[in-house]
Amino acid sequence: MSAALETRGLCKNFGALAVANAIDFRLERGARHALIGPNGAGKTTFVNLVTGALRPSAGRILIDGGDVTALPQAQRVKRGLARTFQLNTLFRGLSVLENVCLAIGERLGVAGDMHRPAGSRRIVIDEAYAALERLGIADEARRPVRELPYGRQRLVELAVALGLEPKVLLLDEPAAGVPSAESGVIVDIIESLPADIALLIIEHDMDLVFRLARRITVLVQGAVLVEGTPQEIAGDARVREVYLGERA
Amino acid sequence: MRADAVGGAAPQAVEALARAHRLKPWELAPWLAAIAAYFLFPSYLPLGAQILIAILFTLSIDLILGYAGIVTLGQSAFFGAGAYTAGLLAAHGWGEPISGLAAAAAVAGLLGLASGAVILRTRGLSLLMLTLVIAEMLQEAANKAGDITGGADGLQGMEVWPLLGHFEFGLFGRTAYVYCLVVLFLLWLVARRIVHSPFGRSLTGIRENEARMHAIGSPVFRRRLVIYAFAAALSGIAGALLAETTQFVGLDSLGFERSGSALIMLIIGGVGRLYGPFIGVPLYMVAQDRFAQADPVYWDFWIGLLLIIVVVFARGGLLGLAERLLRRRGRKP
Amino acid sequence: MSAILAAIVSIAFHGLAYAMVLYLISVGLSVTMGLMGFVNLAHGVFAAAGGFVMTRLMNGYGVPFPLAVAAAFLAVGAGSMVLERLLYRRLYGADELSQVLMSVGLIFMSVAAAKFLWGPLAQPMTPPAYLSGQLDLGFRAFPAYRSFLIVAGAVVVTLLWLGLERTRFGARIRAAVDNRRMAQSIGIDTGRLFTWTFALGSALAALGGALGADILAIDPAYALEHLVYFLIVVAVGGLGSIRGPFFAALLLGIADTGFKYLLPEFGAFFIYALTLAILLWRPQGLFGRV
Repeated sequence: MSAALETRGLCKNFGALAVANAIDFRLERGARHALIGPNGAGKTTFVNLVTGALRPSAGRILIDGGDVTALPQAQRVKRGLARTFQLNTLFRGLSVLENVCLAIGERLGVAGDMHRPAGSRRIVIDEAYAALERLGIADEARRPVRELPYGRQRLVELAVALGLEPKVLLLDEPAAGVPSAESGVIVDIIESLPADIALLIIEHDMDLVFRLARRITVLVQGAVLVEGTPQEIAGDARVREVYLGERA
Repeated sequence: MRADAVGGAAPQAVEALARAHRLKPWELAPWLAAIAAYFLFPSYLPLGAQILIAILFTLSIDLILGYAGIVTLGQSAFFGAGAYTAGLLAAHGWGEPISGLAAAAAVAGLLGLASGAVILRTRGLSLLMLTLVIAEMLQEAANKAGDITGGADGLQGMEVWPLLGHFEFGLFGRTAYVYCLVVLFLLWLVARRIVHSPFGRSLTGIRENEARMHAIGSPVFRRRLVIYAFAAALSGIAGALLAETTQFVGLDSLGFERSGSALIMLIIGGVGRLYGPFIGVPLYMVAQDRFAQADPVYWDFWIGLLLIIVVVFARGGLLGLAERLLRRRGRKP
Repeated sequence: MSAILAAIVSIAFHGLAYAMVLYLISVGLSVTMGLMGFVNLAHGVFAAAGGFVMTRLMNGYGVPFPLAVAAAFLAVGAGSMVLERLLYRRLYGADELSQVLMSVGLIFMSVAAAKFLWGPLAQPMTPPAYLSGQLDLGFRAFPAYRSFLIVAGAVVVTLLWLGLERTRFGARIRAAVDNRRMAQSIGIDTGRLFTWTFALGSALAALGGALGADILAIDPAYALEHLVYFLIVVAVGGLGSIRGPFFAALLLGIADTGFKYLLPEFGAFFIYALTLAILLWRPQGLFGRV
């Protein structure tokens, strides 16, 4: 069976610098997979390549077995790929509810409609509101995103991505910048996501990785160092070296 | 437990959004004012028509700047294209005004589509400059093609037929005023409909955060191109209205001053609200009529100063400060 | 055959002189946009101010040419520092629209002020006697002032590039353009650096405006009339680049001279088309980074 997401020999060079070096990667359906690595290992570059924000220098990207290497971002989203951003990337001037409505409208293919008022499509608004209720932020629905505390904005970030009903969800440091007291909420929500969504979590926080992930890929200097179960990674001498080396 | 707490708010938030597009009573205020002006200031109707035309032009800029976030310095390209289209038709034997507007809208809209398809691929400074380049290019073309356009002397010999075969464009500007008012009202309805449509909402999304629009699968380029071409058509109609009501088209219809002053009127009124032009344009143009005729040099000076004060101390100042404070509070771990 | 050759030499010569003026004026704009991220449409105001200071000093007070040029350089540089501290600084990092509007406001004010002070006409520029007439190079005679313009421009450009390569100030500018946060973290006072860079860029624009008064006439609407050309140089050259705008200025200067010489009936039309084509091909400019 084809993987939910796959890259083959994915390369990206900025001048002489190789930030992605022949990355072969498989994300199985329904996976709970983490991508870790020291600062500058190329994790975010990898996400940007997969989503189409960056063009690879070489290699292929497949979603559900279909080659999407040449497709623009929007088309990849239509194939079921969604992401969240490491730094909140939201429509700050719009209300929480409108943020989610935009995503749902795009998914349902009604966002290009110029004739009917947006408000007449209750189905979009109702679905958005229900999503906010599930994430426990329905009471903020009318507030502009920019007025929300950062931790709450993280939840909107998730709600927007989930509004796309993705098959593959890339979570770029989902709890970054959130006070540890509140990050538990985010972890709970991620744990309770439908099992058929393949998750790729890009993370620094090892506690979070070991709690959520069933497989881990370690990226170092743009290349895959090792992949395995959490136990294998925890016991791997090379991984320890990379992380201890960085700490020293 | 949480669902109970917000149970009451649920319909509220959803209802509010579902009703956002409904016409509110105060939205009729500018139209009532415009009708009142017709009876109260009969000797100012020519100025009134100019104001209505400028509102339409500024409205077209608001659509792309205020909603899609495209900063343009060259919207006059489309205004001028529309003006010359209607003007040339009327100078060559077809002076029917309404079809003149339609032709102007088509030419300007196509021009917007073609130039937009090229320049909307760029960003930031390049985009800003290319909007200017397109306008300069057209102005240079109109200037050099003097045989057709009359060059720097302007297009002479327009003959506009009576409106609907009945109403002459007379000296007192009554027909012109009503004509412009009706056209503006109809196009405002269309613009309003677009702004409140899902398409309009997605434009706001593009303005607020383009990266995220890509990430939710929005065809950003296409959306921008559509509104760019639509706004170009609106500008073209505004230009055609000016040509038909004044029976003249000059090179200044394509000039930077027109785009620049429309931008200023929009800022004074408020960007991205659809009503900014209705406040900013009359204020600016009435003031200009009163003060600028005595000394246009002083006028430019004070307008420049006002612009700087608004931008530096009123916009970037207070709002920017509040935003920075909020952001800092939010980031604190 | 020789007529064609003569035309080519003539286009190259005048194009080169023009390019020097365009580069001197625009290089500061490129740095302001690249370093401070400021869309300063009012940059031409500094060039115009330089031209006014020089022509007023020469025509009104009989100040010798070199002194008048130096005065324009220094006065505009100093004046721009005040503006930077007072206005520009407040909008670093603001949205594009605010920056555009503020600089449009500055243009309006400066155009009005120039009209009020000196009237609507262009200021005549008479080169000193020793730079007037023709310079005979044996195979051909060239206008002396334009020849001087090319040489002076080349000297300033060389000094500027050497200065940026060799001095600590230059190294700091390059570091800050490259990576502002890094520059700050190694202790560069970017606030002061910006002020001085801005002043240098403006002073260079004044120099270009003054020396080039013979090519771009000094009239009140100067900053508006030539705005597109300055922007083209920067956008085609690549934002933040020091050398990019030089090649863009060369291209623009020579192409514009050539088109206007060979196809005067089309005016500046082809230059705009060329700009459009180049930016379509390379949206970040010829020498800009991705």
